[in-house]
Amino acid sequence: MTQFTFVDILTNLLWASRWTVLLSLAAFAGGGLLALGLLFAAIGRARWPGRLARLYVEIFQGTPLLMQLFLAFFGLGLLGIDVSPWLAACAALILWSAAFLVEIWRGCVMAIGRGQWEASAALGMGYAAQMRHVVLPQALRLAVPPTVGFSVQVVKGTALTSIIGFLELTKAGTVLSNASFQPFTVFGLVALIYFALCFPLSVGARRLERKLNVAH
Amino acid sequence: MSLIEIAGLHKSFGSTEVLRGIDLAVASGEVVAIIGRSGSGKSTLLRCINGLESVDAGDITVAGEALGTGEARLRALRLKVGMIFQQFNLFPHKTAGQNVMLARQVVRGSPRAEAEALARRMLDRVGLGAKFDAYPAQLSGGQQQRVAIARALAMEPLALLCDEVTSALDPELVGEVLGVVRELAAEGMTLIMVTHEMAFAREVCDRVVFMHEGRVHEIGPPAEIFAEPRTPELRAFVARGH
Ligand SMILES: Nc1ncnc2c1ncn2[C@@H]1O[C@H](COP(=O)(O)OP(=O)(O)OP(=O)(O)O)[C@@H](O)[C@H]1O
Ligand SMILES: [Mg+2]
Repeated sequence: MTQFTFVDILTNLLWASRWTVLLSLAAFAGGGLLALGLLFAAIGRARWPGRLARLYVEIFQGTPLLMQLFLAFFGLGLLGIDVSPWLAACAALILWSAAFLVEIWRGCVMAIGRGQWEASAALGMGYAAQMRHVVLPQALRLAVPPTVGFSVQVVKGTALTSIIGFLELTKAGTVLSNASFQPFTVFGLVALIYFALCFPLSVGARRLERKLNVAH
Repeated sequence: MSLIEIAGLHKSFGSTEVLRGIDLAVASGEVVAIIGRSGSGKSTLLRCINGLESVDAGDITVAGEALGTGEARLRALRLKVGMIFQQFNLFPHKTAGQNVMLARQVVRGSPRAEAEALARRMLDRVGLGAKFDAYPAQLSGGQQQRVAIARALAMEPLALLCDEVTSALDPELVGEVLGVVRELAAEGMTLIMVTHEMAFAREVCDRVVFMHEGRVHEIGPPAEIFAEPRTPELRAFVARGH
């Protein structure tokens, strides 16, 4: 049996945490893109796209992320589609992030008062011009802090992918803890690394919030 | 011929009938004040004239063209009739100058330089030439309302609708906004204004409309309306010293 030194454990964990970072980035970027598409369906005037967007949000916010991961991993496998843990993890996290981001962003668009719509309409602007020049620029400012805040949830959400065998930080922690018999050290370090990833994000969100409030 | 003609206008919100058959004709260059108790339908009438509310029955004609329902027709109408709101509704993320330029650029398609020159002229006109680069949050209420007037004027409307444009202002700021409105009236702009400033209505307006329960209850030159009210409702309204 090999002896694990503290440095061994730390380097292994840090090495595995690159997958946590990559998965977070992929989920956030992919989820953001998908959410943008859903957003236009959700706030647009057409009825059916709006309903579908709402249904999407209900489904992905109303079921545990863990179930979504299982379905992406085992469900697709049952259908004969062979998915790697990485692919399943990415897909599930993207779909899940999108559902939350679109709700955050929709709220920001809704927060723009009726007066802004009426004033721009009274100037002869159509829906597209109102959106582009009046509503979205203001909604974007509102959206930045909660969006950055949500990225913390995404990072923590990646921990669940360890259950379908994706070798990110948490999974590496489980493996190392079993092999080294030092669970307290290992998971202490795992927690510290998560904190180091998330803390700057939440501080950033708070800073942005203060800064954007002052600018208004 | 009248610039704005309203005939048999009805409007309900749910089961409450707010406008119950309004007939009103406003000539070009005329200044009309609309007075009446809270809830009598003054704002609703203005909002119908520029299509912010849909009408249930009746006709509204502006410069010979009937108010349609399609978005394109509504936008065409709104280019003829500007509106100033009680709450200013400036775009907070844009400077005073950009507020005035925006619709000029995206609706009328004016090139940037032209829109900017026009915006500077309009801000000068309301006495705010020096505030071109100020954001709304950096301006007083009175200044914001004057920017809103400049913004509406930049579209070169045939008429302006003003809905209690001084009601949200501190008393000491009312004068500067009324001063701008008075100048517009003197320059021959067609104005329909809902107002609680009775002294101003008396001084500036050609005609006063007293609305009561969704109808034009009395209409006439200010001297008659304020000095010899014919109906008990108007008498009570005037006596209460609004
Ligand atoms: N969007 C709406 N939905 C439902 N009811 C409305 C709506 N807008 C106005 N009303 C109702 O219509 C009536 C007339 O409102 P309106 O705003 O036209 O009155 P007003 O004469 O402008 O009053 P005020 O002097 O208080 O501004 C009121 O009873 C009001 O509650
Ligand atoms: Mg009103």
